[in-house]
Amino acid sequence: MNKWGLIISLTIIAAGLLYLFIKSIRGRDVERRFIFLFMGLAVAVPILFNISFSEKATPIVKAAFDKIENLPPGSKILISFDYDPAMAPEVNPMTDAFVRHAMAKGHRVYFMNLWATGQPMVATAIDRIIKTEFPEKKNGVDYVNLGYKAGGTGVLNVIITDIRKMYLTDVNGINLDSLPIMNGIRSLRDMDLLISVGGGLPGVKEWVLFAGDPGHIPVVGGCAAVSAPLLYPYYPNQLMGLLGGIKGAAEYESELKRKYPRFAETPQPGIKMMGPQTMAHLVIMAFIIFGNISYFVLKSRGE
Amino acid sequence: MDTFGIWVAAFLTLGIISFLYRDNPWYKVCESIFVGISAGYWFVTLFYDNILGLFWRGVTSPDPHYMLLVGAVLGFMMLLRLVPPIGWISRWPLAFVVGATAGLYIINYFSSNVMLQVQSTLAPLFSTKFGQPIFEASLYDTIGNLVIAGGTFTGLVYFFFSKEHKGVFGGAARIGIWTIMITFGASFGYTVMSRMSLLIGRMEFIFGDWLRLIR
Repeated sequence: MNKWGLIISLTIIAAGLLYLFIKSIRGRDVERRFIFLFMGLAVAVPILFNISFSEKATPIVKAAFDKIENLPPGSKILISFDYDPAMAPEVNPMTDAFVRHAMAKGHRVYFMNLWATGQPMVATAIDRIIKTEFPEKKNGVDYVNLGYKAGGTGVLNVIITDIRKMYLTDVNGINLDSLPIMNGIRSLRDMDLLISVGGGLPGVKEWVLFAGDPGHIPVVGGCAAVSAPLLYPYYPNQLMGLLGGIKGAAEYESELKRKYPRFAETPQPGIKMMGPQTMAHLVIMAFIIFGNISYFVLKSRGE
Repeated sequence: MDTFGIWVAAFLTLGIISFLYRDNPWYKVCESIFVGISAGYWFVTLFYDNILGLFWRGVTSPDPHYMLLVGAVLGFMMLLRLVPPIGWISRWPLAFVVGATAGLYIINYFSSNVMLQVQSTLAPLFSTKFGQPIFEASLYDTIGNLVIAGGTFTGLVYFFFSKEHKGVFGGAARIGIWTIMITFGASFGYTVMSRMSLLIGRMEFIFGDWLRLIR
């Protein structure tokens, strides 16, 4: 970690917080633009000084990691990219880590989307991870991109019995029956693991309700943090593991690095984002405390 | 071309962020571009993946899927709302969608969100799973199971308004509201993390891809 960067970051944040603390003690209003500017600084400075912290996988993330790790090589894993570019900074690190892990283990990966905007996300993940780090892996043999079909939960309801009723070709228009990776695959029930990464509707919850539970297929999820509290109740009986927000992604990356030292030098966007994330959370916590101080000061004055 | 794309992306990012100062024409332009591109993207994707990729290839393949014609007819009927004199026909496919969706959701939600969730809530206190030897669970598991069962029960008590919240009942309701408040707090914390991640993503783009201040 950059020691001086950390000192400078903490100094800037402490100075801003001191100003806000004085304002709150006096019970004065703070210009909202100052709050925005201060939040911007609290996030920007750790990014510029590349501050990050070490991560350790929590049981729910470790369970997701172990589920992929313990499958025998050649297992069939379906990964659904159910998100859009707006959600990408938060969930792309998860899909990157899942794809990297599955490829390193020698699993067969089937990509698809329940969101139309997820399609380019799959294409960039294939370019960024598979074609760069695993050039020996072949499209149609080791992985396939099935693309997007409209219908949300309706799509799941169909492909749980017959994938070809929805997908006649892959995303490039190649007939599924001509792809070696599709041999023996009739429905979702032929998959060894389903992974959904998203944060909206349809997303991880729909995969649990319309595919995992009725088909008795293990499901692992990765979601934007805003959706995570709604998904925790499904763990561990209906959801084998869950990566909640960028923290979950960072924990998965740390586990991947620990288990596969060859990935120590590959980009770890999740771990990298946890530095500014931690600083931002400290600032928000301070805001809550100062807001309460201001409230009680004004109350004591009878205002 | 990449450089041009990066500059366009930076222009649009800063335009959207400029709203934090106040509403302005730059922001309006960026917002309109976003809405227009989204609509165009959805149209093209749905056309190539569904109308061409699924419907057309399906009915013209050597082994035609004629059931797809039913969906196509329903879809066409939906478009008839654009013709006011016969717009009422669009209610039929809508009724089909509402009915089918309701039927589908009732079964799956009841099975997964009610039955299996109740089963997960009623966890054994002193063993890891039902059927496992008693006193096998760790103290952490036992406390966790107690919190889940107690939190769910008292949360339900809080929403029971047929009896006045007094005495033991009132105490349980009070624990229930605390449980709910803690849940809201956790949700707020996660929401902060989510929004900050998006801000960090944009800042990394500005400082990295655009200004090249970081690697």
